[in-house]
Amino acid sequence: MKPQLRSLLGISQLTTGQIEAILALARRMDLKRPPQLLRNRHVALLFYEASTRTRISFEFAAKALGATTTQVTPTSSSIEKGESLIDTGWTVANVGADAIVMRHPNSGAAYLLARYVHVPIVNAGDGMHQHPSQALLDALTITNHKKKLQGLRVVIVGDVYHSRVARSNAELLTRFGVDVVFCGPPDFVPEIAATLAPGVTACHDLNIALQGADVVMALRVQKERLVNKQLSVEEYIAEYQVTPLRMRLAKPDAILMHPGPVIRGMEVTSEVADGPQSCIHEQVRNGVKTRMAILATVLGAA
Amino acid sequence: MKDMDSILIYGGRVIDPASGLDDDMDVLLRDDRVAAVGPPGKLRGQGKRAFKAKGYIVAPGFIDLHVHLREPGQPHKETIATGTAAAAAGGFTSVCAMPNTVPVNDSAEITRWMQSPERGALVNVFPVAAATAGSLGEKLTNFAALKRAGAVAVSDDGKPILEDKLMREALRKAAMLKIPVVQHAEDTRLTGGCSMNLGPTSFRLGLHGMSNAAESTIVERDIALVRATGGHVHVAHLSTREALQAVRDAKKAGLRVTCEVTPHHLTLTDDTVGEFNTNHKMNPPLRAVADREALIEGILDGTIDAIATDHAPHAFHEKEVEFERAAFGITGLETALPIAITVLHQHFELPLWRIVELLSSNPAKIFNLRNRGTLAKGSHADVTIFDPKKKWTFEASRSYSKSRNTPFDGWSFSGRIVATIAGGRVAYEG
Ligand SMILES: [Zn+2]
Repeated sequence: MKPQLRSLLGISQLTTGQIEAILALARRMDLKRPPQLLRNRHVALLFYEASTRTRISFEFAAKALGATTTQVTPTSSSIEKGESLIDTGWTVANVGADAIVMRHPNSGAAYLLARYVHVPIVNAGDGMHQHPSQALLDALTITNHKKKLQGLRVVIVGDVYHSRVARSNAELLTRFGVDVVFCGPPDFVPEIAATLAPGVTACHDLNIALQGADVVMALRVQKERLVNKQLSVEEYIAEYQVTPLRMRLAKPDAILMHPGPVIRGMEVTSEVADGPQSCIHEQVRNGVKTRMAILATVLGAA
Repeated sequence: MKDMDSILIYGGRVIDPASGLDDDMDVLLRDDRVAAVGPPGKLRGQGKRAFKAKGYIVAPGFIDLHVHLREPGQPHKETIATGTAAAAAGGFTSVCAMPNTVPVNDSAEITRWMQSPERGALVNVFPVAAATAGSLGEKLTNFAALKRAGAVAVSDDGKPILEDKLMREALRKAAMLKIPVVQHAEDTRLTGGCSMNLGPTSFRLGLHGMSNAAESTIVERDIALVRATGGHVHVAHLSTREALQAVRDAKKAGLRVTCEVTPHHLTLTDDTVGEFNTNHKMNPPLRAVADREALIEGILDGTIDAIATDHAPHAFHEKEVEFERAAFGITGLETALPIAITVLHQHFELPLWRIVELLSSNPAKIFNLRNRGTLAKGSHADVTIFDPKKKWTFEASRSYSKSRNTPFDGWSFSGRIVATIAGGRVAYEG
């Protein structure tokens, strides 16, 4: 028997069997006729950081399975008054939440909460650290288009340093034999990034990185992160924007992914974001299915 | 244990590097001084109390150059009474208290207040006063007045003295008074927002990391200023291989540069932060394996002068928060000797003699604590008796400190303090 997954905090805690089980369950989720696995269950959405996309994805997922949801945000609770994360977590659990989905600006916050609170915690993004549901939905998307993960070349381009999506994806994909290439300027892809997992390499030249790529994953690049860096915004766009021309360097059947929100004209052009290779809309749909599978799993309803 | 007129410590092995002594000897303490050190049996019958030290090491009292006693201002973390109780349990008969109190100890008044008998200290407390007013790095304090009040060194610990001109002036003024400037070497212009060492672990955990260069560039700058001023810089809690090499080169060049390392930097590396364990968060941070190996080498070759704990107690609610928001620092007084014995003596075969040097005679020399760090006749009756072979398990819940923020809870060690005598009074007995 596979060990029961109690909280989903990061990729490294998962066995490959647990990852495969979540993906298999996500594939079976029918968004038109979702199974009512979580009826009478309550899911709290504890969001210390604004994130419309992830929050509504979890909310739809929970509600689709029959659960009720409550949003807890800094502006609507005592968080602002300086209550500790542990105390907030206890309160949310004791008012009746069966699971807490948490987004937090500090790396490791979900791990702290899970050490003290007795209900399952689902990490919906902690600082620059992990975003496991995103990596799982991305794996689901890739496997919808590729026969197997083993041997694929996935290029993750953009601000890898600040990206929990990059960390979670690289940790998950390399576990299945994927070659992951982090690509971006040295400020965004420091050499140390290649130490994340065996199978991860760092590259500062997108034209080289893209050759033979099966998947091109563009990350959001915030303009303010380029302030005082080696590259100007214009130079970044010139060297690292994913354009139709650059997509031709990848394999003909390569897919283009982006965790959103997409800043068109920055990390990708609209032609690419809306082009035939783009899976961006599919990612959003898979996000709901994957989060349904995650919630059902941690609540023991899978 | 009440006051003693005289204590005879007999049957033990006396290690007193300052006197060149490592032999079976008896030690007689009378009032607050060492009255005699003699061959076994020769002092028999003297001393109101006889303390049998068979199988134990009798050493000059340990001196910790770097502790945070949190008084005045933060008694919820520690007080001078509780901090010195932990010191006594760790074999320290003297502790040098850093000035980052609330308010900052930048005055003769606070310096005297810390040494007042009303604080209830169990061991000697030597304040290290702030080098700049409020430790704000703008204006030097009155070193002469602070020294007269009892300060043994100046430092803005917790923060560096960044300004070149200010550091130069501090070294020059301190040199005239023959006191060291203790530098917390961290270029804070490079470490903003950082909560651990820069390396694979910080990248994996998504935490901003402090580079080795942020430490070593300050050490290198300070060494250049020592060369220019003839002053004495003491590098606090040195943690990187680059800074160590700079100190090694400076010593070869005959400059007055000394340094201390902490027991935790000799034991742990940054990967032990694991999944955001805040009891592994301190400043300077735990470093890479190569740095730890270099520090061990620096101990073995004598570049490192002293082991100092950087005992930094914090309350539970200040540590059990998001890693980036957690306070820097760990307690260390009660685990220093066990780590020195277990890691340095047992694993790296450092002689016990050298451990006593690192914990006692060298610290006394660095801060010019006269008649301490030695058992020579006439010196202060500060004695540490320890069993180098005793195996035991440290439990944070039984610590004498008010705080519990240690990474060594549940660790099994060799080497345990048997008794600590400070100023002729038994401050701890195991
Ligand atoms: Zn310091």
